[in-house]
Amino acid sequence: MDQMENPDKTQVAKYVEMYRTMCLIRRYEDRIAEIYTEGKTPLFSIAAGTIPGEMHLAAGQEPVAVGVIRHLRREDAVTAPHRPHHFAIAKGVDLKRMTAEIFGRQTGLSHGKGGHMHLFDPLTHFSCSGIVGAGFPPAVGAALAFKRQGRDNVAIAFAGEGAANQGTFHESLNLAALWKAPVIFVIEDNHYAISVPKEQSTAIAHNSERAQAYGLPGVYIAGNDVLAISEAAEEAISRARQGKGPTLLEVETTRLYGHFQGDPEVYLHAGEKDAWRQLDPIKRFREYLFEHQFLTEDEDQQIQNAVITQVEEAIDFARQSPEPAPEEALFDVFVES
Amino acid sequence: MVTASMRKLTMARAISEAISQEMERDPRVLVWGEDVGVYGGIFGATQGLLARFGPERVMDTPISESAFIGAAIGASAEGMRPIVELMFVDFFGVVMDQIYNHLAKNHYMSGGSFRHPVVLMTAIGGGYNDGAQHSQSLYGLFAHLPGLKIVVPSNAYDAKGLMISAIRDDNPVMYFFHKGLLGLGWMPSDDLAEVHVPEESYTIPFGQAHFVQEGSDITVITIGAMVPKALRAAQQLQNEGISVEVLDLRTLVPLDRDRIIQSVRKTHRALIVDEDYRSFGMSGEIAAVIAEEALDYLDAPIRRLALPDVPIPYSRVLEQAVIPSVEKIADEMRQLAK
Ligand SMILES: Cc1ncc(C[n+]2csc(CCOP(=O)(O)OP(=O)(O)O)c2C)c(N)n1
Repeated sequence: MDQMENPDKTQVAKYVEMYRTMCLIRRYEDRIAEIYTEGKTPLFSIAAGTIPGEMHLAAGQEPVAVGVIRHLRREDAVTAPHRPHHFAIAKGVDLKRMTAEIFGRQTGLSHGKGGHMHLFDPLTHFSCSGIVGAGFPPAVGAALAFKRQGRDNVAIAFAGEGAANQGTFHESLNLAALWKAPVIFVIEDNHYAISVPKEQSTAIAHNSERAQAYGLPGVYIAGNDVLAISEAAEEAISRARQGKGPTLLEVETTRLYGHFQGDPEVYLHAGEKDAWRQLDPIKRFREYLFEHQFLTEDEDQQIQNAVITQVEEAIDFARQSPEPAPEEALFDVFVES
Repeated sequence: MVTASMRKLTMARAISEAISQEMERDPRVLVWGEDVGVYGGIFGATQGLLARFGPERVMDTPISESAFIGAAIGASAEGMRPIVELMFVDFFGVVMDQIYNHLAKNHYMSGGSFRHPVVLMTAIGGGYNDGAQHSQSLYGLFAHLPGLKIVVPSNAYDAKGLMISAIRDDNPVMYFFHKGLLGLGWMPSDDLAEVHVPEESYTIPFGQAHFVQEGSDITVITIGAMVPKALRAAQQLQNEGISVEVLDLRTLVPLDRDRIIQSVRKTHRALIVDEDYRSFGMSGEIAAVIAEEALDYLDAPIRRLALPDVPIPYSRVLEQAVIPSVEKIADEMRQLAK
């Protein structure tokens, strides 16, 4: 992190805003992790309690979401995978309605029909899927639509390094390059697909090398560093907006919780998780901001207080929202005119 | 003197024991899939296998389902007997061509000269709020495709015997285990599924439905996780003076038409309970079998209880509104008995 030695005021404000979003995501994930255990003890049943179903948290992966999405506009499309909260928050999905959805409430984004892996928000052009690799083709399609409509919008497909072994990844790279579609494929390399380490699923070190084979640039960004990610994303996104076609970014990151809440993580080596915690990207960014006097202790405290309030408001909203009526299960199969 | 041999196993244990015994017996048996190694399968169906048989025979795969499920076609054609897991049946969409155009058809298209002794195993079922992409049953979809055998066990004893039969079968077999029966830490299991399982190896032939309870007033025809639910509902009805016969189909392909007909001819009333979608599926098929062969014996129209043709919603209330419950099954039985 040594991008900016003498940044101007607006640049500093942008850095602080990135930091704030990362803190918001972290606070949100930590609180969801806590609430997730409510009602699930003594016998751990994922169906029980305040938040039912599987839960995949992205704490530690904030730099990917924030570094890329800070360059997006509301009309730019994002497709996200089964681990979607950080992307949704960075994209500006309404936190209250998103939380209500995760709680399965009527006021949720999908009135309780979607859930944590299936967040849909037309206002911010955000969608996600629980099927690994499913987000690549729709992003190519969104990009094609933008191009045909003469808009300079872009589409971003986020996915894990495990998903890059899925057929959809390869077909989408080929198609995007062929169509010169304004799409950016962002692979979050958090080293594991559930229990399978990357080196046991992919014979080359970086998926970015695969991009060349399809005729698009590929960049690997090590270090889980939000500024480095942001810089690479800015270049890729501006290329796409100028009609110069797709880019693949693979970003090294770390997952601070298990694959899902309740994952015993027997597959990790001793000390691996501790090493990741040591390199917590938010801590490092905060230190960087302090060091360059972009942020004071007081301002930091204000940010922390603000994100706490924002998260609690969303959680309260969800808790106080009604459950859907049972008969609503039958609506929305088809468009009802 | 039966007490000495009682050994209750979870269904997950019963399945992994079946696979382990077959791997021991037959070196051609291999296991591969996502997280089947160190993790032991997300649903525990491959627990202990890596430690016992090593990474040459128990292989974690990348998330490349068309490739690794398709690979079972080639490997089986050349003499291996792969057991391949893809965690949730909901994920099979990504690999359908390999399954329905190749795995299921090659024997036929080759005039009977190619064989694919492959077991594809996967988890089915909802009831735990995982939403529309992780809760389906879909066995009806695969039963619709000629060339695949379809197994859906309802308890640990059947799970072991049916798995051994599946591995020894020279045809592609799809083996569906319901998450709510496996005995997983994170999903309370129906204890009716956790039964005595003999240590020795045994097989259960395909196409033999099982009368889990005999009765005289109503026949309930069902499969998988709906079997214990139907049994519980039948117990309620017994207290109300109605005698229910519960038939567990165990396999959809081959289907035990004889026992369905035999039972309906005896009770004159039929209810079909299915956790799959209602239209164009198992419940319709069985209703047709009854209409074809036992229509004259019916004292009341056939009833069916299944998912009402909607994707499975996430929220607890909504999900409970669509998945057949013990109460709903009991209500259907009461309607039918009138
Ligand atoms: C088509 C499909 N296959 C398998 C799965 C099961 N599954 C869910 S998440 C996951 C691992 C994904 O790893 P990665 O893409 O690296 O993302 P991460 O979880 O590390 O964020 C797997 C195998 C699935 N949901 N969809």
